[in-house]
Amino acid sequence: MGADQGEKSHYFHFSSKMEVINLPAVSRVAVCGGTHGNELSGVYLVREQQKKKEGAETFSLTTVMSNPRAVQQCRRYTETDLNRCFTTATLGTPISDRTPYEIVRSQELNTLLGPKGTDEAMDLICDLHNTTANMGLCLISYSACDWICLHIFKHLQKEMPTVPVRYIHFDVPQSEAYSLESVGKHGFSMEIGPQPHGVIRADIFNAMKEGIRLTLDWIHHFNSGVQFDGGEVEVYAMVKNIDYPRDMETHSITAAIHPQLQDHDFCLLHPGDPLFLTFSGKTETYKGVEPLYPFFVNECAYYEKGIALSLARRKRVAIPSIQVKTDCGKENGGEELKLEEKERTYDCSEDV
Amino acid sequence: MTSLHSVVNLRDARKVAIFGGTHGNEMSGVTLVNMWINNGAEIQRSGLMIKPLITNPRAVEKCTRYVDTDLNRAFTPDNLSAPRNEDMPYEVRRAQEINQMFGPKGSPDAYDIIFDLHNTTSNMGSTLILESSKDDFNLQMVNFIKQAIAPTSCSVLLNEHPLLQYSTSRSIGKHPIGLEVGPQPQGVLRSNIFESMRAIVKHALDFIELFNGGMEFQPCMVDVYRVSEKMDYPRDKNGNITAMVHPNLQDGDWKPLNPGDPMFQTFDGSTINYEGGSTVYPTFINEAAYYEKQQAFVMTKRETLTANGIKAYKI
Repeated sequence: MGADQGEKSHYFHFSSKMEVINLPAVSRVAVCGGTHGNELSGVYLVREQQKKKEGAETFSLTTVMSNPRAVQQCRRYTETDLNRCFTTATLGTPISDRTPYEIVRSQELNTLLGPKGTDEAMDLICDLHNTTANMGLCLISYSACDWICLHIFKHLQKEMPTVPVRYIHFDVPQSEAYSLESVGKHGFSMEIGPQPHGVIRADIFNAMKEGIRLTLDWIHHFNSGVQFDGGEVEVYAMVKNIDYPRDMETHSITAAIHPQLQDHDFCLLHPGDPLFLTFSGKTETYKGVEPLYPFFVNECAYYEKGIALSLARRKRVAIPSIQVKTDCGKENGGEELKLEEKERTYDCSEDV
Repeated sequence: MTSLHSVVNLRDARKVAIFGGTHGNEMSGVTLVNMWINNGAEIQRSGLMIKPLITNPRAVEKCTRYVDTDLNRAFTPDNLSAPRNEDMPYEVRRAQEINQMFGPKGSPDAYDIIFDLHNTTSNMGSTLILESSKDDFNLQMVNFIKQAIAPTSCSVLLNEHPLLQYSTSRSIGKHPIGLEVGPQPQGVLRSNIFESMRAIVKHALDFIELFNGGMEFQPCMVDVYRVSEKMDYPRDKNGNITAMVHPNLQDGDWKPLNPGDPMFQTFDGSTINYEGGSTVYPTFINEAAYYEKQQAFVMTKRETLTANGIKAYKI
C-alpha cells in the first residue's frame, strides 16, 4: 500500500529500444473547435485558422466548427450534448423531423470526417475544448496504446515547459466511444483550463495555439521520416466519477467542492481527504480505499451529468520508437527488429 | 471631520430584501437565497422583516443569465409602467411583479434596503456596488462591512454615470446595494466565493440591526471607484472581436492602467495599448456576460466620499 498503489506499470511485449514500429503517415488531419459552443479557445482558433487557409506540405489540414448553432448562441449545445453523439448506435440512428439538431450534426460530421471505423476516416482528429477545472493542458483519448497520440503527448510535454501537459485515458471500446475524436483513426481531445465558459483568456488561447502548432509540427516531422525514440510516459486512466451530495427530494446540491480540493486537479487524493464542504459547514471526505488522482474538479457542464469530480489511476506506459512506413518497406539499419502494425482500432484489451 | 458632516437622523429600516438569481447562472446568490428560503434562521434579525427572493426563477431553472432579456436592465420606468400583455418578454413581466412586491419604485412603500447578489468571471474579489454618492445610510453600511471583513479587502464601485447607469432590480428599493463576488465561472459554485458572499450579507444585516437598535455611526470616509467609461473589444465589420484582453491586464481589476500599458492582444500576438489621457482603474475585466454588451472592461477613477453620521429614529 502507499504511493505505489495509485500507479501500475504497463509494458508491451517489445522490450528493446532498438525496435521501431512503422506506422502509416498521418496524411489527413482535422482540427475541430466549437464542439461545445461556449468553449471559446477552440472557436476562435478554428475561425482564425479558417481565415489563413495555410497549406501544409506533408498532410492536409481540415478545420471544422463542429456546432455552429451552439457557437452562435454561445451555449454548450442547443438540444443535446454534441460530444456524446458519436457512438456507433447514435451515428446510425434514422433521422426524422424530431431528431435533435446535434444528432443530425453528428451524422454530418461523421460523413465529413469519417465514417467512423472505416478506411476513409481522417487519420487524426484533434478536438479543442476548455474546462472550468484547473487541469492545465490535457490530451484525452480512448486509447493508451495509440503510439501516434502518445508520441504527440510526449512531444508536447517536452516542448511546453510552462503549461502542465497530461494524458487521460478513457477505456471505452470504439463503438461505445461517444466523442467526436473517436471518428478518426487516431484522435484526442485537447482540453485546457481553467477558463470560464463564454470567456476567452489570452493565456489559455495562446497555450492551445501552441499545443496545436506543436501537434502539427510533430505530424509534419513524422510524415517526413523522422524517427521518434520511445520511452516511458505517465498516463492517467479514468476510474470513476463522484457526484455532489444532493438533497433527497429536490436533487439540489447541498455542498460545494471543498476549498482544499478546489483547483487541485491531479493532486493525489487519499482516503479521508476533504471532498466537499456542505452549506452547513460540514466536511465530507473521500471514502474510497485507493488513493486516486482527481480531475475535472468542479467542471461547470458536469453538474447536470451528476459529476463533481472524476478520479484516475496513474500508470506508466512504455511507448516504442516509431517511424513512418514508407511505400517500399525498406527501413534504416539491418540490426533492428521491425514490427509492422496494420491499421487497426486501438482497443488495448491488455490494458489494466 | 469638518463640522459640515454631522449626524443625520434617519428613519429606522423595517423591510429588507435579499435578491438572488437575478442572473440565473450566478450561483452564489442562487444557492444562498434558496438556502435561506428553506431555512431563514441565519438571516433573522430582531425587529426586521427580511425577505429572500429568487428574482428570475426561469433563468435559474435553465442555469442561464436570462430567458428573454436581462432582468437587471429591465426595471426602467417605461417597462414598469407598460400595460401588461402576453407578448411581453418574461423578464419585463417579472420586473413588474417584483416592483409590486418590493416597490413600487420611488414610493414610500418600497422596501428600505435591497441586496442583490451577483457573481462575475472577473477577478474583482468582493465588491459592493452603489448607485448614489449621497446615500449616507449605504455609505455607512459599506464602511461597516469593509471594516468587518478586514484584512480581506472589499472594493466599492460607484455607478452614478448618467449614460452607463442602468435600471437594476435592486433600484426599486430606497437603499439598493449590489454584492458582486468573483472570479467565478457562470454555472459554477466555488466554496470560497460562496462563503465570502455569505459573510458580507451577515455583516450587512448586523449593521442594520445595530442601526435600528440606536447605535450612532460617526461621519466617515469611503474610498470608491467611480465608473467613468467603458471600453469595448476591437471588432471587425461583422462585430466579431479581433483581440483578447491582454495577459498583463487580465485579472488586474482595480490596478492602475496607465497610458501606454498593454490592453488587448490580437489573435496573432500583437499588442494594442491603452491610449487614454490619464491613469484609470479598470474593473469587470473580461466578464463573460459583457461581450454582448460591448464591454471588455469598465474604467473607473478613484475618489473618496464623505458620509454624514447616521442615527435611527423610530416613529
